[in-house]
Amino acid sequence: MSAPNKSYDPVEVEALKPEVVEQARDEAIAAFAAAADLDELKQAKVAHTGDRSPLSLANREIGALPPQAKAAAGKLIGQARGAVNQALAKRQTELEAERDARVLVEEAVDVTLPYGRVPRGARHPLTTLAERIEDTFVAMGYQVASGPEVEAEWLNFDALNLHADHPARSMQDTFFVEAPDGTADSGMVLRTQTSPVQIRAMLAGEPPLYAVSPGRVYRTDELDATHTPVFRQVEAIAVDEGLTFGHLKGTIEVLVEKLIGGGLELRWRPSYFPFTEPSAEIDLQCFVCRGASVGNPDRPCRTCSSEGWIELGGCGVVNPRVLVAAGIDPNRYSGFAFGLGLERILMNRHNVADMRDMVEGDVRFTLPFGMEI
Amino acid sequence: MRVPLSWLREYVDLPAGETGRDVAARLVRAGLEVETVEQLGTDIKGPLVVGEVLSIEELPGFKKPIRHCFVNVGAANGTGEPQEIVCGATNFQVGDKVVVILPGGVLPGPFPISARQTYGHTSAGMICSARELGMGDDHNGIIVLPPEYEAGTDAIELLQLVDEVLDIAVTPDRGYCLSMRGVAREAAAAYGLPLADPALLDVPPANSYGYLVKVADPVGCDRFVARTVTGVNPGAQSPIWLQRRLQKSGIRPISLAVDITNYVMLEVGQPLHAYDRERVDGPIQVRRAAEGETLTTLDGVKRKLSAEDLLICDNSGPIGLAGVMGGATTEILEPVTDPETGVVTGTTEIIVEAAHFEPVAIARSAKRHKLPSEASKRFERGVDPEAARAAAQRAVDLLVLIAGGTAEAGVTDIAAPRPVRTIAIDAGLPDRVAGAEYGRETVTRRLQEVGCSVVGADVLEVTPPSWRPDLTDPYDLVEEVVRLEGYDNVPARMPVVPPGRGLSEAQRFHRRVGVALAGAGYVEINAYPFVGEAAFDGLGLDADDARRRTVKLVNPLNDAEPALRTTLLPGLLGALRRNVGRGNTDLALFETGTVFLPKAEPKVAPRLPVDRRPTEEQLAELNAALPDQPRRVAVALTGERLPSGWWGKGAPSGWADAIEAARTVAAAAGVELTVRQAQYAPWHPGRCAELLVGEVVVGHAGELHPRVVKALHLPERTSAMELDLDLVFEDGRRVSGPPVSAYPVATQDVALIVDAGVHAADVESALREGAGELLESLRLFDVFTGEQAGAGRKSLAYTLRFRAADRTLTADEASAARESAVAVAAERTGAVLRGA
Ligand SMILES: [Zn+2]
Repeated sequence: MSAPNKSYDPVEVEALKPEVVEQARDEAIAAFAAAADLDELKQAKVAHTGDRSPLSLANREIGALPPQAKAAAGKLIGQARGAVNQALAKRQTELEAERDARVLVEEAVDVTLPYGRVPRGARHPLTTLAERIEDTFVAMGYQVASGPEVEAEWLNFDALNLHADHPARSMQDTFFVEAPDGTADSGMVLRTQTSPVQIRAMLAGEPPLYAVSPGRVYRTDELDATHTPVFRQVEAIAVDEGLTFGHLKGTIEVLVEKLIGGGLELRWRPSYFPFTEPSAEIDLQCFVCRGASVGNPDRPCRTCSSEGWIELGGCGVVNPRVLVAAGIDPNRYSGFAFGLGLERILMNRHNVADMRDMVEGDVRFTLPFGMEI
Repeated sequence: MRVPLSWLREYVDLPAGETGRDVAARLVRAGLEVETVEQLGTDIKGPLVVGEVLSIEELPGFKKPIRHCFVNVGAANGTGEPQEIVCGATNFQVGDKVVVILPGGVLPGPFPISARQTYGHTSAGMICSARELGMGDDHNGIIVLPPEYEAGTDAIELLQLVDEVLDIAVTPDRGYCLSMRGVAREAAAAYGLPLADPALLDVPPANSYGYLVKVADPVGCDRFVARTVTGVNPGAQSPIWLQRRLQKSGIRPISLAVDITNYVMLEVGQPLHAYDRERVDGPIQVRRAAEGETLTTLDGVKRKLSAEDLLICDNSGPIGLAGVMGGATTEILEPVTDPETGVVTGTTEIIVEAAHFEPVAIARSAKRHKLPSEASKRFERGVDPEAARAAAQRAVDLLVLIAGGTAEAGVTDIAAPRPVRTIAIDAGLPDRVAGAEYGRETVTRRLQEVGCSVVGADVLEVTPPSWRPDLTDPYDLVEEVVRLEGYDNVPARMPVVPPGRGLSEAQRFHRRVGVALAGAGYVEINAYPFVGEAAFDGLGLDADDARRRTVKLVNPLNDAEPALRTTLLPGLLGALRRNVGRGNTDLALFETGTVFLPKAEPKVAPRLPVDRRPTEEQLAELNAALPDQPRRVAVALTGERLPSGWWGKGAPSGWADAIEAARTVAAAAGVELTVRQAQYAPWHPGRCAELLVGEVVVGHAGELHPRVVKALHLPERTSAMELDLDLVFEDGRRVSGPPVSAYPVATQDVALIVDAGVHAADVESALREGAGELLESLRLFDVFTGEQAGAGRKSLAYTLRFRAADRTLTADEASAARESAVAVAAERTGAVLRGA
């Protein structure tokens, strides 16, 4: 390096001649462009931007220039180095992208490989179906109520207006609990319906009462494709001032729309339950054939057995005698109640052909239903 | 109740084009459960005609009798020539009128008929039996018609083969619909047409010279009508129309007298009984049975009677179980034909009984003797006591008409006074109950349609008809109005429900348990709760194990499983085994549900009054009698918990997974679970954990005992857990958000040697206590036994992470905490630092 010298003529410094600087610049840019990979680029970088590179050496000469010449020379070198660094960065980016692309291709895997490392579980569809129904009612403002499965006969029958000799009592094939003396007179049964929960809910407090109660119930049927001795019902009860059969209809319409879908006709058939009056059976228009299978042997429907209707359950206005047994003033309050069979809803809603599948606990049946239904 | 449409039309002039389905739809909306509409005769095609047998040639040499006949079928075969037919039946003679199907016809099957060669002759048609025509299950050969029908007459019409039958499931409140009269009344109301009431007959008034009847129990029998017909031709047979109506209604024709009583029962709903007067000894008496009395009923069974049974008796003793079944000694005799003279002998004098019995008495007798009969079914549901006279009259008329008898002038009619039942109903009640606007006029009209008499304006005084014993209070009347106006026409509205409080904490918890276990890979099952001793034996429970004390059922489905479960394991392990048997070998199952634990001193649950609210004491007594029914959760595992695959080896399930499932449940409850070594059936004595919340044992988990595995045919190393959800759940729990320090962590490892019998849980709690509050977390990352640990010893290696809330810890601070931890562990568990 030359020492600062006032008499020194910059044009006399060879390394700072514009044509020399431009040449160094162009050579550097050309070298970068020619680099085939990141290693070559690294070598070119050392050669053209390192301490011993022409432009670095030229830069050092600036210090020796007279002050009036420094600016011009600095600008010349600065521009050249700027262009060189820019070219270097550009090439660096290009080559890195090239390398990345190659390496990532080499690292590629078969993402279609099956992976079952963490097994999935599932909840039983009857459980989640009951919860879905509960949620619909909870959203309407109902409470979820429950009661014991071994229940007092008084709650399962008598309080529901089914006295000892009532013909309806023999309609239900009841499991009787053995009394201490070995007879059937324990006053207890496996509940045949979720209705005793109605009575418990009414006994527990003053109206207004809006409650829904899902649960297991028992009848002495043998297990087959359409019967099971242990099955599930969901029962809802409302007791308040001024409740009517019309309110019952409105409530069930909402439930059906949430549970199965809109646009389906409901049929209300007068029926008989000792604990409600008026009583009705609710039929839902078959959502598969919408009635087209009726009297049409060419288009049979498995879902509704070509009847056009699917039985949903029973309902009615709470019989005032039931209110009386539960200590509620029938002159002030009225109520409605209904019960649905969950197995049948599951069969219809999810095309389950055989009730035994819900009972046996085969994981292949339950797994597809996942966590919610 | 099977209702032939052709018969129904006799009482209601239904529109001509109305099909069975149309009628069914109307009845369904009025509340009759029409289960099916059967189409009769749609599969029969004529020519089917009356034939007169002209000649019979027995063909010998075949395994069974074969007859070669010529039959006059009039002009039905187009030629008028006798029809040549080969027939295998033998119950007919030359001159008999039979039913012939000619070539071109089709019998149900379908079975097309054509002329063919058989047994060496041409057979151009077939002589038909009732069964072949789909009329019934009669096996008595071919039909022999009464002689009055002319050969060539169309038999499809004659035998009324084409019809529709509505099969109606009658609910217990609608006893009157167990009759044509009742169904016709509903049809008339549904169509707005008049009813031709078959019980509107001219009946002579009661008099003193009818058959003597004494009713000793006017409560059990409040009506007894007896009529007598003499000069009955014992050989008379039921005409075709009567037989056909019975057949279509599902009742087999038997003999004229029986057929007539059945027919009248179907028509007006009044069960009748016919006695052979010559076999009845003295006056008829109605009384309760004496203990020890017996009666041989019509079905030939000798029955021991109970003091509650209501009896029909004569001087000889019981001759019938009232309203259920008659006795053998006084029944109408089977007619016998003298082969020499052709004279038919049998019953010629008949007493017809039309009585009304108390429903409960009949229901109990029918139940006690396991004799549900057509009669008892009707009495249980309530029979119209005012129809007794008409029913008896109808039977008498038919006996006179068909059997050539003479009605005696005596009319016995014993009637206990019957209070007039009137119901006062606010005329606006139906509107208020339904939420519709009917108005008083509609209410009155509808009540009149069901047979009530109605007077009054704002409050209606309603007298229900005699055939509706089910109408007893205002709501019964409301139901009649609303159903006849149509449930479909009630406007649907939503009630205004007060704001709800959502699910309770316990309900949320129960859901969370299911979600957490399913999220951990468990599949939910629902097993039946029925168990037997074998289940407990399989679990290896001691003879005095508390779980063997069960709530038992009187009438279990399976006698080997008479009890209710006291543990979820039998059902859950059964499901596990079933799955394994079906090839599902890697399993993690769970169930939540109640178990049934009998009270220490089982009691009887009282039957409380229903006319008012029971007292709190009564309810407490009732609830105290119920078994405890806590809610449990259980899991069972076998096979691989984490499957092997291309990613590497998986992990077999085992005792640790079962215990972890309990921790999953505890986490869902937000409580801390303590695990303690224990020995408890059915678990492996060395691999069983007792699960505690605080000091309360809430359940057990671990690997099952190998003997249990073997006894229950489970895969080896099957693991299970069961705990009580009610004990785990604590209401009102709320997590406090922990402070999170941003200062760096100081990690220190420590390896301790302890006796093999020392529990890791004890070492861990000692370390935690010794480390103090700088300890953020502690993890056991290695356990080994063997030479390096020393005989009877094991090595436990932990990572301790220290962190302060307010500063960066120095290395010295962290080391001091570690040393303190080790010191406490050493003191409590004898642990020594490895290599120390
Ligand atoms: Zn359908």
